[in-house]
Amino acid sequence: MRIILSAALGSLLAGPALAASIKAEVEIPRLSVAEYHKPYVGMWIERADHSVAANLAVWYDTDMRDDEGVKWLKDLRQWWRRIGRATEVPIDGVSGATRPPGTHDVSFEIGAKAISALPPGDYTFVIEAARELGGRELIRVPFQWPQRAKQSMNARGEHELGRVTVTIEP
Amino acid sequence: MTRSPLPIVASILAFLLTPLTAEAHRVWLLPSSTVLSGQDPWVTVDAAVSNDLFVFEHRPMRLDSLAVLGPKGEPIAVQNQATGQFRSTFDVQLKARGTYKIAIAGSGYSARYKLKGETRRWRGTKAELGAAIPSGAENVTLAKFHNRTEVFVTSGAPTPNALKPTGRGLEMKPITHPNDLFAGEPAVFQFLNDGKPAAGLDVEVVPGGIRYRNQLKAMKMTTDAEGRITVTWTEAGMYWIGASVRDDTRDADGAVSRSRYSVTLEVLPQ
Repeated sequence: MRIILSAALGSLLAGPALAASIKAEVEIPRLSVAEYHKPYVGMWIERADHSVAANLAVWYDTDMRDDEGVKWLKDLRQWWRRIGRATEVPIDGVSGATRPPGTHDVSFEIGAKAISALPPGDYTFVIEAARELGGRELIRVPFQWPQRAKQSMNARGEHELGRVTVTIEP
Repeated sequence: MTRSPLPIVASILAFLLTPLTAEAHRVWLLPSSTVLSGQDPWVTVDAAVSNDLFVFEHRPMRLDSLAVLGPKGEPIAVQNQATGQFRSTFDVQLKARGTYKIAIAGSGYSARYKLKGETRRWRGTKAELGAAIPSGAENVTLAKFHNRTEVFVTSGAPTPNALKPTGRGLEMKPITHPNDLFAGEPAVFQFLNDGKPAAGLDVEVVPGGIRYRNQLKAMKMTTDAEGRITVTWTEAGMYWIGASVRDDTRDADGAVSRSRYSVTLEVLPQ
């Protein structure tokens, strides 16, 4: 309790000087398969009605000749439905190359490009991964915004994603 | 079908559009993808008439009346057409973003009658009606038919233009976009006959993969006063939806009316 209080107080005192952010620690599991391809990954924040509040990141094969990598963006089915099909990649500040197995830290600042504003309400952090010759997995982490104190939430994938930790910093 | 007394050409034509075959079998188009990303993607489509879904095991569909409409409702060229023993196949390149309608639709007249105790069939156009039935024919049934088999595919975001019904024969007007279907979510489709809501129409919704299960798992639905059905997809996969109407009122030519519609829809997992 004391910790939460002090954290809340701290954030109050800090005021607008510190930018609020959403951080995610994303584990891409090491898989023992004959032919491994790094997964395509999409991350976004959705509202209660599944509409998109913020388009955070999409990692896909950006290196292929003739931009062939975009052909499989549709395999991130929900990302494609909610974001991809209505936007052109690359998306500045959102698109990136696929990442290897391991833990990756990503940070999104509220008030910055990806999350221009987040009105108070119930949201869900969504991460979806799809791998060539592999499977697809989607993890949802619900959260409330704003938070009075820093808060971390854990989720764990079973197939294409490992541990996912979402940290909200007010 | 195999013992048809008709000449070969006519019998080949017959399975394309004949209500007899259509009632006994399912007519379908099966696209390689319905939701596509990337630059100028291709789809390849199989066209067949069969019992099993979606397995080619009976006859190919003829491609004579194949037409593809692009996102603006414009005609799109079809490539690499071929017809084999069990299926026809063709390719379409989606050079513009949006939704395409791929349809095999045909209309005409068919007759069935007895001549000297033998059942005969005829098929042709309105212009040929005069010479259709020989004198001495008995038990004549003349029917005007209108058959349509469709599939929708989308590159990028779904668009509405290609979905517009033609206003002729039995058709499905998607209320929910046909390339935005997901397991567990309801989808609404409106059936129209000659452009008017087909109320009280029996519609069959059958998931593909029949070969590998013991029960058909068909959903039998009836359209409401607006001609609508609401389908909640139990699982992802390819679905076949079919319906037919018959009107035994004879028109000025003495023909009754028959119309059949079928569409293949892809439902994606959440």
